[in-house]
Amino acid sequence: MSPREHVSAAIRTAAARGEPALVAYITAGFPSRERFREHLRAVADAADVIEVGVPFTDPMADGVTIQRASLAALAQGASLAWILEELAALRGIGPPLLLMSYLNPLLAFGIGRLAASAAASGVSGFIVPDLPLDESSELRAALDEGKLALVQMVTPVTGAERLAQLCAGSEGFVYAVTMTGTTGRNVAVPAEVLAYLDRVRAIAALPVCAGFGIRSREQVERLRGHVDGVVVGSALVEGEDPGEFLRALRPC
Amino acid sequence: MRLLGARVVPVVSGDRTLRAAIDEALRDWVSDPLGTYYLLGSAVGPHPYPYLVRELQSVIGREARAQMLAAAGKLPDALIACVGGGSNSIGAFHAFVPDEAVELIGVEAGGRGAGLGENAATVAYGRPGVLHGTYSLLLQNTDGQIQETHSVSAGLDYPGVGPEHALLAASGRVRYETASDAEALEGVRQLSELEGILPALESAHALVGAARWAQAHSGGTVLICLSGRGDKDMSTLQRTLLTAERA
Repeated sequence: MSPREHVSAAIRTAAARGEPALVAYITAGFPSRERFREHLRAVADAADVIEVGVPFTDPMADGVTIQRASLAALAQGASLAWILEELAALRGIGPPLLLMSYLNPLLAFGIGRLAASAAASGVSGFIVPDLPLDESSELRAALDEGKLALVQMVTPVTGAERLAQLCAGSEGFVYAVTMTGTTGRNVAVPAEVLAYLDRVRAIAALPVCAGFGIRSREQVERLRGHVDGVVVGSALVEGEDPGEFLRALRPC
Repeated sequence: MRLLGARVVPVVSGDRTLRAAIDEALRDWVSDPLGTYYLLGSAVGPHPYPYLVRELQSVIGREARAQMLAAAGKLPDALIACVGGGSNSIGAFHAFVPDEAVELIGVEAGGRGAGLGENAATVAYGRPGVLHGTYSLLLQNTDGQIQETHSVSAGLDYPGVGPEHALLAASGRVRYETASDAEALEGVRQLSELEGILPALESAHALVGAARWAQAHSGGTVLICLSGRGDKDMSTLQRTLLTAERA
């Protein structure tokens, strides 16, 4: 199974148990570089897919929590090269790993050596929020060699034609932003969001995961049946014990 | 702005410069894309904003070119404008780009020196990268992290530059140089004393470039883009130029 198929399969396997898969996000190097491995292990025990956030000075798609976590991680010297070294040491941790990074740290690392380095560290793919599909051919071609995923994001205001393009162009899963906005806010999941998720799911061949603002068991229950997985980010970064937080999102 | 009836929300995140303001404006826009109108005054940000800003600012160059022909009967030998994000300068340059005999010079904020964080001179010290949806030159470290900038002029204090400037620099059509904080402040003093015009600190960088050019080209005709007034800079001038004067 290729790395990108591994991501899809992990979500489908979890969803087949009747509950949305848990895709857990943590900012690498926060709260400290020393505790990254410990954090990642705790998350790996409770999540189906892990997103490791590569800190960036200007995280335009993120709310205050991840902004602060990113700056704190950078202040401690967290870099993409360091993250890849740490992940290499943790190979075989369990769930597939994705790197969530803004484009510039990837460009600085070098697109030419990125895919091979990421694959060597056990990374299955990337989420790059400031890279539009139309501009992604260079990174996509680099990731294609190792069959790594490049996950595309859709939002409630994405038009029908664009939605079809993004779903067809995504790999691993389709990241359905549940609201228009930055990460971290609590969302009550209104009926129109569920209708939007149903619309995405109807045209996506890949599993659909909802993210941005998910932090409670109630939300997960409401989303059940409308998505294949949920992405939990800011709430996890804020919490003391990410493993415990994730388990609380599961049924009792 | 308040007198005109606007509610002004200051940005308190990051380094509180133009870059932090753009981060926040983009966040606000994506939070409410149907209810927000995103409008940026500089020639940066995702397509089509740099293009829109250039088209709207290009009235500067078109009018200046016509006025120059009317007043001097010929095109200038050199056109000089300050460059931060690069809106006034791209607007000034645009009409003159095809006039190959006209030397085009952009003056960036040299700040306190050449080190990362000491200036906002992106063409001089930057490397290619992506910020705010634009591929251009950026002041960044080797990990691709954007660096804080410094300039005495808030309007030039940005770690990137409009993508068309990066192109004009690469093609050689525009030459970019820097003016330091101290030189720009001296430019403010000179234009105030000699012409009774109080220029913006940003525009004073162009004055520094113009003085340099004029010294090397005696008898030449130079067109300076005086992009702003210095009224807004009173508090900065009191902290800098006028404090130094009293001492």
